[in-house]
Amino acid sequence: MSDKKMFTIVLMDAPYENARATTAFRIIDAAVRHGHTVKVFAYEGAVALPFAKQAPHANAVHGRDAAQEDHPNPKDWIAAMMQAAEQAGGKLEWINCGLCVDERGVGEAIAGVTRGSPADLWKNATASDNTLVIPTK
Amino acid sequence: MKVLNVIEVAYRATIEEQDDTVVWITHAMKGAGADLTVLLRGNAVSYAVKGQDASGLSFGGKTQTQPPHLDDDVAKLIGKGVDVYVVEDDVAERGLERSELIAGLKTVPRNGLAKLFAGFDQIWHW
Repeated sequence: MSDKKMFTIVLMDAPYENARATTAFRIIDAAVRHGHTVKVFAYEGAVALPFAKQAPHANAVHGRDAAQEDHPNPKDWIAAMMQAAEQAGGKLEWINCGLCVDERGVGEAIAGVTRGSPADLWKNATASDNTLVIPTK
Repeated sequence: MKVLNVIEVAYRATIEEQDDTVVWITHAMKGAGADLTVLLRGNAVSYAVKGQDASGLSFGGKTQTQPPHLDDDVAKLIGKGVDVYVVEDDVAERGLERSELIAGLKTVPRNGLAKLFAGFDQIWHW
């Protein structure tokens, strides 16, 4: 029996709002680096996490230009975790709730992100070993 | 797989969304064949209060024509065969009478939650 597991994780928070998205990324990163498969269903504001047009910026308060600031955009972390997953023999699948994307106008997502519906969440949850919902407050 | 959707955060963006997004996704997943039960706890027990009216919003002359009807949305879940529980202690603490709530609800005391949870494969706490 394989020791590799499959997890579904539901995210709801938009980027740069609170620590929940960062905490979720820590969990996802740890799972995929161990070769597990993670299937994210991004709901509500979380669909903006892989938005392709996120851009790093300079920070005058820090006294750094954009290159020096090296401001992390969540889209880059997601792409990096997808790559790390492949290298570890696992997979990170990311499904954005399509209606949530339309409401927010963030249809341009990074490669590897797909558009889906609550039916996909249910399908993934039933196929997974467990599901973690990280709701917004 | 039997899942209990626990809804606790209440009235989060319900005006913008014209519904509660967790009640909505429960409807959508039920339509996809999901075996779901709902537990309303904390402030979310107010979703079961009959006759709540969020209509009349207008900004700059742009009027919301389809305000949320959370009591109806919960009642429709019951109509689709979804069991909906309310925590009776949370109802009482908010001064709500059972007669003020929609029909078809199931109640559970706070000290009965662990036993309720044991009947499900997964608990999704929204």
